[in-house]
Amino acid sequence: MASPTAVLETRDLTIQFGGHVAVNRVSCAFQAGTLTAIVGPNGAGKTTWFNLISGQLRASAGSVHLFGEDITDLGVAARADKGLGRAFQLTNLFPDLSALENVRLAVASRHRIGHVFWQMASKRRDISDRAAEYLRQVNMLHRADDAVANLSHGDQRKLEVALMLALEPTVFMFDEPTAGMSVDEVPVILDLIAQIKQREDKVVLLVEHKMDVVRSLADRIVVLHNGELVADGEPTEVIASPIVQEAYLGVAAEAEESA
Amino acid sequence: MLKTLLSGDYPRSRPLTVVLLLMFLCLALGPFLFPGTRAFSTLGMICVFVIVVASYDLMLGYTHIVSFAHTMFFGIGAYGVAMTMDAMGKGFAPIFIGLGASLLVSLLLALLLGLLSLRVKAIFFALVTLAVAFAFLSLVTQLYHITGGEDGLRVRVPRELGPAFKPFDGELRGFSITTFLTGLFTDPGNLGEVWRESVFKARITGRDLMYYITFFVTVGVFLFLLRLVNSPFGRVLQAIRENEFRAQALGYRTVFYRTAVVIISALLATLAGVLFALINRYVNPENTLNFELMVFILLMCVIGGMGTLYGSVVGAVLFLLAQNYLQDVLKWLGGGLEPGSLLAELVGPERWLLWFGLLFVLSVYFFPAGIVGQLRLWAGRSSSRKQGNGDDTTAAGEQESGNKGKDGPVVS
Ligand SMILES: Nc1ncnc2c1ncn2[C@@H]1O[C@H](COP(=O)(O)OP(=O)(O)OP(=O)(O)O)[C@@H](O)[C@H]1O
Ligand SMILES: [Mg+2]
Repeated sequence: MASPTAVLETRDLTIQFGGHVAVNRVSCAFQAGTLTAIVGPNGAGKTTWFNLISGQLRASAGSVHLFGEDITDLGVAARADKGLGRAFQLTNLFPDLSALENVRLAVASRHRIGHVFWQMASKRRDISDRAAEYLRQVNMLHRADDAVANLSHGDQRKLEVALMLALEPTVFMFDEPTAGMSVDEVPVILDLIAQIKQREDKVVLLVEHKMDVVRSLADRIVVLHNGELVADGEPTEVIASPIVQEAYLGVAAEAEESA
Repeated sequence: MLKTLLSGDYPRSRPLTVVLLLMFLCLALGPFLFPGTRAFSTLGMICVFVIVVASYDLMLGYTHIVSFAHTMFFGIGAYGVAMTMDAMGKGFAPIFIGLGASLLVSLLLALLLGLLSLRVKAIFFALVTLAVAFAFLSLVTQLYHITGGEDGLRVRVPRELGPAFKPFDGELRGFSITTFLTGLFTDPGNLGEVWRESVFKARITGRDLMYYITFFVTVGVFLFLLRLVNSPFGRVLQAIRENEFRAQALGYRTVFYRTAVVIISALLATLAGVLFALINRYVNPENTLNFELMVFILLMCVIGGMGTLYGSVVGAVLFLLAQNYLQDVLKWLGGGLEPGSLLAELVGPERWLLWFGLLFVLSVYFFPAGIVGQLRLWAGRSSSRKQGNGDDTTAAGEQESGNKGKDGPVVS
């Protein structure tokens, strides 16, 4: 099962909260140059699975592998360092800092200059310029100097994505990136995701409820239900399968309507 | 040039700039402006405590680490040099050996504490530092044959740093600000006379040398800390303070950063302790390790404004002036009162801490962000009003990014 070309792989990954198994023996491998959509009803365990992969949660059982290396015991920072990038479902930024400073922190981490204490941060034009470039990519350059706390929800979502871009990770984990965005903001993010997908060496994981988005972007769909992986395959196949029709699509249709 | 020295972190408030410049001048020219041993020792203490408080602010204000072990590191420096000189005798070699040894001890202890800070919740960390500090205090008191116990140790500094050493033949002139100001009020018609009375003979001795060593080290340490908090490293500290979870997800090993801060802060406190021993020439548990002293450091930091660094200067100056001179003010106030009356009791000089406590409560009430934080807030408001956009937040956004003293440390 362990395919040599897999960039990222989870093996029997499991986590229990008390008696509740939120992610149950999920095994899945992701190849370079692919975009996998992860779907499933609310509470299916999608975010929890992401948390196990990027290290925010520790697995009760099973393992996570990056380029074949077992990273189950590594901390969050170490995994980020190795190329796991994460854009959070619930916006998770530095609220009192400016948008630019937020991205600058990600760029500085990427360039490994966090320990530099003898230089003025403002003297690192290179870092600021790169940060501005990522802001431009998400259409946020005009808000560079605004404190994050004063940004609209949609802008914060875009900034969340900019932070992940700035890390230049190998694995991009998007957790409902367009949720709560206004209609005209959504294409910016979707275009970005499509661009990342073009890059041969990258892996994109996308948790998304909107089926039209999934259909247009995904090379593959993985369905989670009650913490278990219940379907995995070609988008058309998976969407047509009875288990998905039953387990997920009914709920998703409702969710889409209410959104 | 100035920008490089201050790392682009200006006082950002005109009144604050004036106050800081005045304080700087008074400290720089101190021995020539304030005659008398008491003033001299106050000047020295201010320099020493600017280091102590600024390094504490690095932890408390910039990283939100609450530690009660800062006096322990201060004490390690003070006792380290005092004990080496006690054992090895006068000379410069024992000073440097003592300095090196105490820095090493502090480094190891801080490393242990720092690594702990990552494993436990902030409140437990605070309690552990408290326990360690108390353990150290009782250790020092118990090992009286090498530490002098409660009596402490005299520090016999090399001749070159003592009062007997006169490096220059001639005498210099000092100008007593205090005499002049007093004269100005009591005898305003006689300015010439007042002027003449204010001039005093200042003889440079080894003690002045020691003072200036302390002064320049303080300036150096302060500028170093300004640079540190405005460097990429400082930005990461800020990120950790705002959202540690996210800082980790960006790949920052927050353990490393917190440990580094605890260590840097401890080493600077140790350095301050060494200077203290040399300038005060007497160390005992009370003046270096006491819990009361720890509370005073905390007060200086909070009064001045956490997370501002400049606040440590303002806080240390105000606190030490109050500590040294509030008693005089009270004595003077109580002079006209009937002895034994309630009022006289209340303004008794030994009540200075009570009055200081009151001043503290008032200052926290009126300046919740500390003096520096509040002055900057006002400056920010008036400048945004001048721009006529009425939007306070824009001015605060980028500018205030190095200064989040207003939201207190998170003990959770
Ligand atoms: N830290 C935790 N402690 C206890 N239970 C948790 C924890 N995190 C998640 N869970 C539970 O695990 C289950 C899966 O949650 P998760 O957030 O992964 O769902 P999701 O698929 O991301 O849903 P959504 O589409 O709403 O984002 C839920 O029942 C949730 O209550
Ligand atoms: Mg989720």
